[in-house]
Amino acid sequence: MLIPCPWCGDREDIEFKYGGSAQVAYPADPASADDATWARFVFYRPNPKGQMAERWVHTAGCRRWFNLVRDTVTHEITPP
Amino acid sequence: MSRLASGGRIDRTRPLSFTFNGAPYRGYAGDTLASALLANDVAVVANSVTYGRPRGIFSAGVEEPNALVQVGNETMLRATQVELVEGLEAIGLDGRGRLQLDSPSPARGGGQGGGSDRYDKIYSHCEVLVIGGGRAGITASVEAAQTGDRVILVDEQAELGGRLLSAGWSDWLAGSIASLESAPDVRILTRATAVGHYDQNLVLIAQRLENGGRLWQVRAKRVVLATGAHERPLIFANNDRPGIMLAGAARTYCNRYGVAPGKRAIIFTNNDSTDDVAADLKRAGITVEAIVDVRAGEAIVDTLANKIPSPARGGGQGGGSLRGVIVAALTGDGSRREVECDLLCVSGGFNPTLHLFSQAQGRIRHDEGLACFVPDVPPPTIEVVGAAAGDLGGRGQGTIMPYWVVPSNGQEWSTHFVDLERDVTVADVRRALGAGMRSVEHVKRFTTIGTGSDQGKTAGINETAIIAAQLGQPVGSVGVTTFRPPYVPVSFGLMAGRNRGDLFDPIRITAIHPWHVAHGAVFENVGQWKRPWYFPREGEDMESAVLRECRDAREGVAVMDASTLGKIDIQGPDTAEFLNRMYTNAFDNLKVGACRYGLMCKVDGMVFDDGVVMHLEPNRWLVTTTTGGAAAVLDWMEEWLQTEWPDLKVQLTSVTDHWADVAVVGPRSRDVVRTLFPALDVSPESFPFMAVRQGETAGIPVRLHRITFSGELAYELWTPSWYGLALWEAVMAAGKPFGITPYGTEAMHVLRAEKGYIICGQDTDGTVTPQDLGMSWIVSKKKTFVGQRSHRRSDAIRADRKHLVGLLPIEGDQLLPEGAQLVAEPEGAAGVRMVGHVTSSYRSAALGRTFALAMLQSGRERLGSTVYAPLNGHAVAATVTEPTFYDKENLRRDS
Repeated sequence: MLIPCPWCGDREDIEFKYGGSAQVAYPADPASADDATWARFVFYRPNPKGQMAERWVHTAGCRRWFNLVRDTVTHEITPP
Repeated sequence: MSRLASGGRIDRTRPLSFTFNGAPYRGYAGDTLASALLANDVAVVANSVTYGRPRGIFSAGVEEPNALVQVGNETMLRATQVELVEGLEAIGLDGRGRLQLDSPSPARGGGQGGGSDRYDKIYSHCEVLVIGGGRAGITASVEAAQTGDRVILVDEQAELGGRLLSAGWSDWLAGSIASLESAPDVRILTRATAVGHYDQNLVLIAQRLENGGRLWQVRAKRVVLATGAHERPLIFANNDRPGIMLAGAARTYCNRYGVAPGKRAIIFTNNDSTDDVAADLKRAGITVEAIVDVRAGEAIVDTLANKIPSPARGGGQGGGSLRGVIVAALTGDGSRREVECDLLCVSGGFNPTLHLFSQAQGRIRHDEGLACFVPDVPPPTIEVVGAAAGDLGGRGQGTIMPYWVVPSNGQEWSTHFVDLERDVTVADVRRALGAGMRSVEHVKRFTTIGTGSDQGKTAGINETAIIAAQLGQPVGSVGVTTFRPPYVPVSFGLMAGRNRGDLFDPIRITAIHPWHVAHGAVFENVGQWKRPWYFPREGEDMESAVLRECRDAREGVAVMDASTLGKIDIQGPDTAEFLNRMYTNAFDNLKVGACRYGLMCKVDGMVFDDGVVMHLEPNRWLVTTTTGGAAAVLDWMEEWLQTEWPDLKVQLTSVTDHWADVAVVGPRSRDVVRTLFPALDVSPESFPFMAVRQGETAGIPVRLHRITFSGELAYELWTPSWYGLALWEAVMAAGKPFGITPYGTEAMHVLRAEKGYIICGQDTDGTVTPQDLGMSWIVSKKKTFVGQRSHRRSDAIRADRKHLVGLLPIEGDQLLPEGAQLVAEPEGAAGVRMVGHVTSSYRSAALGRTFALAMLQSGRERLGSTVYAPLNGHAVAATVTEPTFYDKENLRRDS
């Protein structure tokens, strides 16, 4: 799979590390979250068939984190 | 000899000698082993895998299921794909393969990819990749070349042309190839099989070279699949005898190789393509005894064999090669006739070759008129042309009557072979359906159809048709099994390429490495690092060397190369705040010139990594990580800085390789440091535990840190890597009067475990909180940090969590194996509950006995009790203790 790094252009996927869903916001105040809310943030992630907003880091390149939208069926990638 | 007097693309001026099963034969340059064997009237090439039935040459290409041979040490080759060379020595394969346990072959290491073969890899990019060098592929390449695009044309055969090589298109071929060769940006790869088609048109191409091969990894903007079509056989009783071959193959042997594959031929067909075959056979002087056409209402119901088994090989059950056929009317009115022949040419129609198309997620559909599966929806950047696209005009299929299996009298199906390589028959398919299989994928797994090294190229669609007929469903709704790469077998040697032996993986060595080698260190791999494991002296084994190294570190002075520690330079005005958020403990109160141990958790509250944080200048810090965790910690820090805290002014730089780190350890270490740095006040008052100082010795700039991973008085001397070896040698010289001893990672492990210092990744496994480790003291309650909230989760505060404890085996010479499970009862009945596991276990010189660290359920409640490690047939009993075994008051560390 080729991944378009916003800084380095198209690169092979082996240069990247996957960062999971881009749609999970860090809770504003973790201390006030109850166990269920916190567990949902820590352990639950969407797993759609089709378009998915994801985080990636160009770990063997510029080391920058970025978001993209990938089709989990076709691997077609579009900018976020 | 069945070599024709003239014709074919072989070079009759270059005769070649070869042997098959030890017997000498002659062929020509341009022959395959298969064509040369046919020219020498060798009918039986191999014996089948399960039934040991003699098998001959069935095809003229990659789809060959029968003629499996071994050449040299390379086995499972198709005779139809082995190019004849002078002195070739081949043997036919006999049934199942066997490991040659009694004949080690050091020269070639056994099989493909052996020692003398050379494999490499190459990456390439192009606008247009054309796969298949037949008429359609050449035409597509010529068109693409005219646009100025970079074009790569690959073909699996030794020369371009595909089907045309068997059909007398020499002039057209020569002209087209010349135009491609003169185009500026066209690369032609022959003997190159596209084996895998992956995302975004990454195509893996296996190219055969003399004594090895090359793996091409081509990235193409557009792929043109001109992969052609494979002819499929009709299925009837005893359809596997030597002398039965695909009709198109017979034509190829006549026209391309100048070989008559028989003298008296019968053609069995359901389509028009055999018209050309019959004409060409006659032209080659072969008598066509009959054309049996299901469209005319008759079929071959059985075949007859020569009584005398073939002399070439075994000739197991089932007799020898073809002697004749039995023809009967399809109506089953009982009329039968016997016709003698030594060649039976079979055509059941053509299957577009859609393996790569399907791998690339192209969808296929069944075409009733063509009686085959054709491309339906191609992916956007893939085009299918020629026969692969269902244009079977070039094959001359014309009108076809879909027909698959000829029933025999008595409904006997056990010699109706569907998959010749796997020896699977119609009886097996019927058995699978009888057992309740319905999906073609299940029937494949039940029968093994399509799982041979030919991947069922002549069997798959017939399997589908048989299932469809049995279940009364349309062929299209039964579908085909998933096509998976590789399209043809690929050797491990080719996949590995140069990544073997020393080149398997990068090797990282420290600046001091040459000294370790020169002084006989035994190394261990830590990630990609080579680290000295121990330094054995004359006559010492590992155990005695490690005990000696530990004793010297505890009683005198010892030195270790700690350069592999991960190191991250952190700069910026917000660094203290950043470190406060990353680590469980606080750093905003750490003064310049001091360092502090730090522990890091993931968001789930589990321990991730640890290290030492050094405050070097007001806005400059340096943190160490575990040797194996360096890259992951850097990624982790970058993630938080970039995605959650972009407002923090902090920059990270990996400096692992910039610094050499010499750890001088033991009660006499102060004497060594004083000798090296006479100007430095090394008294405990001026240079206390966890302080950082600058110094210089023999022109080497050194930063000194009072850090210990052994619990002893110790100094870590850091210098830029350039000076690493010089500093090490200076330390060894200064330490000589004090008996300084180099030690390795094993002694390091023992020393730290005696103190109960954890190793992240050994004593922890991603399910362990700081509290589980008894390290609540390092978890701040005054600030927030990553993972903090998770420490209050109900699961994190369970009373029965596993705690880090020490174990002392009751018999002090018994060593618990690391990873051993622990139980609470001595005589474990079946189903006994496991309550923990051993994470570290060593022999201790200081304790004079064995000891271990373990994660144990409610471990801190079990102090003083006994647990058991059930091993093979016995259990080792151990007393649960605190995880610190040595100098609990830290008097030595702080001295």
